[in-house]
Amino acid sequence: MVRRIEQDHFRFREIVRGKIKSGLKKYISQGELIGRIGKKTVSIPIPQIELPRFRFDQGKKDGVGSGSGEPGDPVDGEPQEGEGTGEAGEGEGQHVLEVDVDLDDLAKILGEELELPNIQPRGAAEVESSHSRYTGIRQVGPESLRHAKRTYKNALKRQMTSGGYDPDDPRIIPIREDRVYRAQKQKQEPQYNAAIIYMMDVSGSMGSEQKEIVRIEAFWIDLWLRHQYKNIETVYLVHDAAAKEVDQHTFFHLRESGGTKISSAYELCQQIIEERFGNDMWNVYPFHFSDGDNWSGKDTTHCVNLLKEKLLPRSNMFCYGQVKSAYGSGQFKRDLDQHFGQDERVITSGIPDRDGILNSIKDFLGKGK
Amino acid sequence: MRLTPELARWQEVIEQHAKEYGLDGYETIFELLSYDELNEVASFGGFPTRYPHWRFGMQYEQLSKGYEFGLSKIYELVINNDPCYAYLMTSNPLVDQKLVMSHVYGHNDFFKNNAWFAPTNRKMMDEMANHATKVRRLVDRIGLEKVEEFIDTALSLENLIDRMSPYRGSTRSVPNKNEPASTDPHRLPSKDYMESFINPPEVMEQERARREQAEEEKQKQSMPRPERDILSYLIENAPLQSWQVEILEIVRSEAYYFSPQGMTKIMNEGWASYWHQKIMTKKVLQDDEVIDYADTMAGVISASGAALNPYQIGLALYHDIEERWNTGRHGLDFDNCSDLKTKAAWNTKANAGREKIFEVRRHHNDITFIDEFLTEDFCHRHKLFTYGWNPQTQQREITTRDFPAVKEGLLRQLTNAGDPVIEVVDANFNNRGELVLRHRFEDSELEAPFAKATLTNVQSIWNRPVLLETVIDDRPVRYRAEEGRIELENID
Repeated sequence: MVRRIEQDHFRFREIVRGKIKSGLKKYISQGELIGRIGKKTVSIPIPQIELPRFRFDQGKKDGVGSGSGEPGDPVDGEPQEGEGTGEAGEGEGQHVLEVDVDLDDLAKILGEELELPNIQPRGAAEVESSHSRYTGIRQVGPESLRHAKRTYKNALKRQMTSGGYDPDDPRIIPIREDRVYRAQKQKQEPQYNAAIIYMMDVSGSMGSEQKEIVRIEAFWIDLWLRHQYKNIETVYLVHDAAAKEVDQHTFFHLRESGGTKISSAYELCQQIIEERFGNDMWNVYPFHFSDGDNWSGKDTTHCVNLLKEKLLPRSNMFCYGQVKSAYGSGQFKRDLDQHFGQDERVITSGIPDRDGILNSIKDFLGKGK
Repeated sequence: MRLTPELARWQEVIEQHAKEYGLDGYETIFELLSYDELNEVASFGGFPTRYPHWRFGMQYEQLSKGYEFGLSKIYELVINNDPCYAYLMTSNPLVDQKLVMSHVYGHNDFFKNNAWFAPTNRKMMDEMANHATKVRRLVDRIGLEKVEEFIDTALSLENLIDRMSPYRGSTRSVPNKNEPASTDPHRLPSKDYMESFINPPEVMEQERARREQAEEEKQKQSMPRPERDILSYLIENAPLQSWQVEILEIVRSEAYYFSPQGMTKIMNEGWASYWHQKIMTKKVLQDDEVIDYADTMAGVISASGAALNPYQIGLALYHDIEERWNTGRHGLDFDNCSDLKTKAAWNTKANAGREKIFEVRRHHNDITFIDEFLTEDFCHRHKLFTYGWNPQTQQREITTRDFPAVKEGLLRQLTNAGDPVIEVVDANFNNRGELVLRHRFEDSELEAPFAKATLTNVQSIWNRPVLLETVIDDRPVRYRAEEGRIELENID
């Protein structure tokens, strides 16, 4: 039986979904969701879902309480209005409602809003057996699993061919051979593996705002790719004049200084791909974020060569996001565009500020690769 | 689900005790529900059937979360209805079930006998189901989106009712159809030769002009006296379609049904707690249940933070009243006695306490209850204080423990069940059909974002501009809502 509340609950979830969708740009550019992730859900603050009414300003309102303390002492705890219990049942809510949303749902919303195509995985799929279902048929089995309709049909066929069928007295009596039973069938689903390799320029010109932008963008890219692939490995690389692999926390918080040699990152990236994701079963996504300054034109040429010969053949696509900074020249994106302008596997995107994150995500993921 | 035989037996026992104590309620029907079913019913405000609306779904989501995380749990859910429905949760231990049942008999008696509940509909179960049918029919006819949107609007105005109107003879003020007052200025008596000095013609002319203008203003005003039942005012005067009227009527009737519960929170919970305490400790509690009972009871009457707990304050006040009337510690003689020793030993052995609290529960609501029975002594014993926002330290601080201030603060907090008083004062402002609402400002400001959003909702119903007079930072101001825009104007 469908319970009555389910309809209202469903409608509520739908409204929440709509609010998230319409506020997605804000959620993305503010990056506030990142701190709210649980294991499988993210708790999203939804403004203005509570019905407005005339009421007193709760913050400034005077009130009466009980307990110890002298005049002038702070009052602990938030005075609450309306107990959750009681017969009125019309409890007051908080200002901003926090709703838990499945990460998968959030990814779907992102996909719908940005009209992202589903990714067509490449490479051989690793076979993963999923749960078995009663979709098969066999000749023997327990009576509780007898397939009544098919058994009847078999008996009917047999009686008609053997001439034992009388239309005036259509009695069908199944015998042992007619009986068929439902059987479990293992349903096998192909499964693809994916590896995301994030590379970030942490040289002196990348300020905290630039890193924040990278952080936010990486979060949403991660969300989408995790929605598309069941098995995901992430690798984080940072580089200035030299590259090294770090953990996620360090990736977003490290502040180095000094020059920038992008090829160092690409070399390390290539090395990691060969070592860990060498076979065909991996869909590899290298993402590189930088402000576009490179050590020298010679190094850039080296990078282009690395991409052409080593990275691109192994990757689904190569994404380069260029965050605008006060000092960056932005030359690297122009260089890449010049060399790979026609190549669909290389996607470059400029991110002028936080509001640009949304478009940049669309640039990267809009191809469905 | 019906009660288990064991619980049914306990219901009989408890009902018998309640009767012997003089509690007189409607027939009580207990339903045994799983936590999930209980959350569902609680989301609907205790009614198994309500009209479809997402807000119930939101309530459900919050209740389920609260329960699953172990943050909150619904103890009692009882409906003011004849028969009186109440719900028990299957997973509760027996001692809790007994406590809840006893508590419910307290509420039931209060619903039936408290004067402020007298006008409420005792067949609300059926009425709510009717509302649900009506709204579903409207959804089929008008469409879900439109109906839902209008319900949202209507609900945001649901507290704009006149809580006192059910207790007055007529709910509507009769328009004043008096003849226009004479505009002749008042003449001071004078002798002929003094006339031009005592009543100078130019002053008289000015006065006449002023009076004429005032009279004109008065005629223009469409409201002979302010109307607090804004919902009903809109139903009668706003350009609405019949289905919209139907929805507003539903929201309004449910608001009036719930209104006395907001007006008697302290008394009602106090009364129920008083009786579950009595019945449990004197009658039905078994030795091995004492610790669990004490634990639950402590939770029920403990203060959460500094906020006042209506269960605790109400229960303590009934005890205090009973004690005072048992010992005769009330009235002029007692109050005027200045000898502390005599006062402390005061006991007339009047033993009229029980009788008194029954009388109190019949006549009072929270405001008159506090006004009449909150004593200075009680205030100190229960460590009551007022608090306020300190902008310097950015926190709430205790302002005073002074009795008159505490009492005044408490009364103010209870006024209009904690809602600001807002009334229609003019429906034809500037002779342009603009509706003027006035917030009767005491000392608390309205919450601005909510006020604006609500005003926009009123405007969408009224169609012409709607104004709201209120006070911000000690300045009288006026919000003007016009075609979805809100502006703030100063009132000179």
